[in-house]
Amino acid sequence: MTARLSLRGLTRRFGSVAALDGVSLDVPAGEFLALLGGSGSGKSTLLRVVAGFEVADSGTVHLDGTDLSGVPPHRRPVNMMFQSYALFPHMTVAANIAYGLRREGRPRAEIADRVAQAVAMLRLEGMEARRPHALSGGQRQRVALARALVKRPRLLLLDEPLGALDANLRERTGFELRAIQRESGAALIMVTHDQAEALALADRVAVMDHGRLVQQGAPREVYDRPATRFVAEFLGAANVLEGRRTPDGALECPAAACTLRPAAPLPEGVTAVALRPERIRLAPAKDDNSAAGTVAEAAFRGESSLLLIRLAGGALLRVSHAEEDGAPPERGTPVRVGWDADAVVPLHG
Amino acid sequence: MRIALRLIPGLWLALLVAAPLALVGVMALSWQAEGVPPYSPPWAGEGTNPENLRLLAEDPYYRDSLGQSLLVAALTAALCLLLAIPMGIAIARAGKWRNALLGAVLLPFWTGFLIRIGAWIGLLRDEGWINAIIRGLGWTDQPLHLLYTHGAMLVGMVHAYLPFAVLPLFAAATRLDPLLEQAAEDLGATPGRAFLTITLPQLLPALAAAFLLVFIPAAGEYVIPELLGPPNATLVGRVLFQEFFQSRDWPVASALAVALLVLLIGPIILFQRLGRAA
Amino acid sequence: MTPRWLRAALWAGLAFLWLPVALLVAYAFSADPVPFRWGGFSLRWFSALAGNDRLLEAAWLSLRIAAGAATLAVLLGGATGWVLARHGPFAGRAALGALAGAPLVLPEVVTGLSLLLAFVALEAAIGWPAGRGALTVLLAHATLGTAYVAVVVQSRLASRDRDLEEAAQDLGASPAAAFLTVTLPLMLPALAAGWLLAFTLSLDDVVLASFTSGPAGTTLPVALFSMLRLGMTPEVNALATLLLAAAGLALALIGLLLRRGD
Repeated sequence: MTARLSLRGLTRRFGSVAALDGVSLDVPAGEFLALLGGSGSGKSTLLRVVAGFEVADSGTVHLDGTDLSGVPPHRRPVNMMFQSYALFPHMTVAANIAYGLRREGRPRAEIADRVAQAVAMLRLEGMEARRPHALSGGQRQRVALARALVKRPRLLLLDEPLGALDANLRERTGFELRAIQRESGAALIMVTHDQAEALALADRVAVMDHGRLVQQGAPREVYDRPATRFVAEFLGAANVLEGRRTPDGALECPAAACTLRPAAPLPEGVTAVALRPERIRLAPAKDDNSAAGTVAEAAFRGESSLLLIRLAGGALLRVSHAEEDGAPPERGTPVRVGWDADAVVPLHG
Repeated sequence: MRIALRLIPGLWLALLVAAPLALVGVMALSWQAEGVPPYSPPWAGEGTNPENLRLLAEDPYYRDSLGQSLLVAALTAALCLLLAIPMGIAIARAGKWRNALLGAVLLPFWTGFLIRIGAWIGLLRDEGWINAIIRGLGWTDQPLHLLYTHGAMLVGMVHAYLPFAVLPLFAAATRLDPLLEQAAEDLGATPGRAFLTITLPQLLPALAAAFLLVFIPAAGEYVIPELLGPPNATLVGRVLFQEFFQSRDWPVASALAVALLVLLIGPIILFQRLGRAA
Repeated sequence: MTPRWLRAALWAGLAFLWLPVALLVAYAFSADPVPFRWGGFSLRWFSALAGNDRLLEAAWLSLRIAAGAATLAVLLGGATGWVLARHGPFAGRAALGALAGAPLVLPEVVTGLSLLLAFVALEAAIGWPAGRGALTVLLAHATLGTAYVAVVVQSRLASRDRDLEEAAQDLGASPAAAFLTVTLPLMLPALAAGWLLAFTLSLDDVVLASFTSGPAGTTLPVALFSMLRLGMTPEVNALATLLLAAAGLALALIGLLLRRGD
């Protein structure tokens, strides 16, 4: 089975900077993929290469097995929702949504029909005759989505689709987005810098850094088993501890004044591990995977508290303390912390 | 198609902006001659003529015309700023009246400057409106000679160019954070101090832009000195017209144009830098 | 909020700008032959104006030149502004930008002189344009207008995201279709405002027209200028009032167009 979208070895340089550096990626039909990365990671360039606005220096883009190189943007069965929404200010909502169908030369009746469907699907009834400047942020976002969806693209590209919305609207719109994508059956790539958004909405997450694809997988897998230090720190701010690998596959960490022993021996050459704050408990485990320290700072965060614990070796450890485990210790309290062996995740690079 | 759209305007501008300027340079090095057109170019056998440019440097009449022009332009620009600074700030802070007030300042620009100069002629002449008021108040029986003076010329120049000065200052003033002045006052500055130490320094680039926006065109002004100024206000624009139309000395007129451009090239470059920074 | 001295300066400035013009308009309706002396309400100077064939001819010529120059300026300046804002880097872009910007900063005496020299040289070289007159004035004004239109169009497009054109292409519009359905409508208010700007500049110009017109093509501003040289007459008052009314109308139109585009 071929993937809907298949990227092989995409490279795009701007001067001496590689915005894309040998990116290969497959997106099956019907999948919701989140492309996650900081600014300048190349995620937007990737989107623009797929849409046809940038030409890769090397590498290929295939859609359902067809090579898209040399196909101009307006002939690609791919539609994009721009970060700015790019709604045409001189057209009504209905004309914006109908724009793509008009360019296809569809019959008038069919256009009216499909626009009405899109309007209903995105709950834009009554807005058809308005101009974009008379809409709220959430309404604009829905018009932009309707405009892209109405073309029934085989692949939908969203550039920071929720970026312009306030926090309240983000969550609700995110879930709507996912429901609409399931309903339409299109494959979807969403570019975002917000890790929570990516983890919550996507079937699969691909993390980019400096033009490279550093890890891809199911949200839980990427979160639990970050492959690199960058992924560990970018997703959920894990603790990264460095040290020296012992012959039997544990990590001796002077800064933590302890030895971290993972469930399976560390591969050769690994000198750092990640430890999620919520996997650390305020209770001693066995001799390994346990350390002594003092509470340096305690911050109440609603359903949990964040503790900063200064370990005996000098490292500062972030620990998430659940409310149901009782009141967190005061600042200055000496504590012992421990974690399970499978919480120790080896980091490469 | 895309290439044609670049080429057609490019050719037009090359033919009617670049080439004409080059011709002015050539003409400045040509010889005055009897005939139509009344010159002979450097390649007609006599070679280049250095006399025109030398004349400008040595003859005090031409030298003074350039100096006077720069002085009058600088004075005009300074007077415009004096009015434009408070006007720009006040309009920027006028709330819902902002657009109406800005329109009121810019509208005269669209009403034609000849008309406005005409109005000043009517106001300033011996039997004009201002003299009528002065007589009415019984200050004097003799009319004051107001028209055709340096004062009248400056008033006309400031009137014509004031809108140009207000615009950049208004734009810069709208970008000011009004809380900064309040912060300064909170820290113990009097309102006047706060204005001088906080607001004015932030307006400096706009001040420079506004000054140059008036200074550059004012330096070559011809119509206003001709209509309002005294005969001895021989600014470079007037001298250039005289040389060209009365003396039919095209080479000297061109040399004056070249000299004016050379004097203005620095301000023009500075102005464009300021524009890009803003 | 606004300090009193700021407000006082604002009103003083506005009075300085408007009082002379207001008096001029008021006295255009005075019967007294001495300008700016009230002799009772009268429209006699307007009717005198209607009988002044020389001025009417100049006005008609000026309107035609201004309309032609503004139209040419919109075509050339519109293309220039679009090319500068949207074509990205290309060979000659810097030169095009500099040439389009030059007429905005050159003193008008220099522009006028240089254009006349160019017309004389062109006639000597290819026999066109034959002599100086309405055509050469039109070409001069079109060149100045082109620079203004280019700036207006370029800044209008620069304030709009290129996203809009890309979105159009993404939705299936060929580059030409994207230009016609999205870019051109976006430029339209700027083009209209630019046309009016070029039109007004042409109607207000003395210096370029003096250089490039020759004896044949006396425009209204040139005629008005030679009248003003001899001093003010009530007829000039009346003419000025009419021009003011026309300019006010044009400005209201521009404001309307620009507001509709936003």
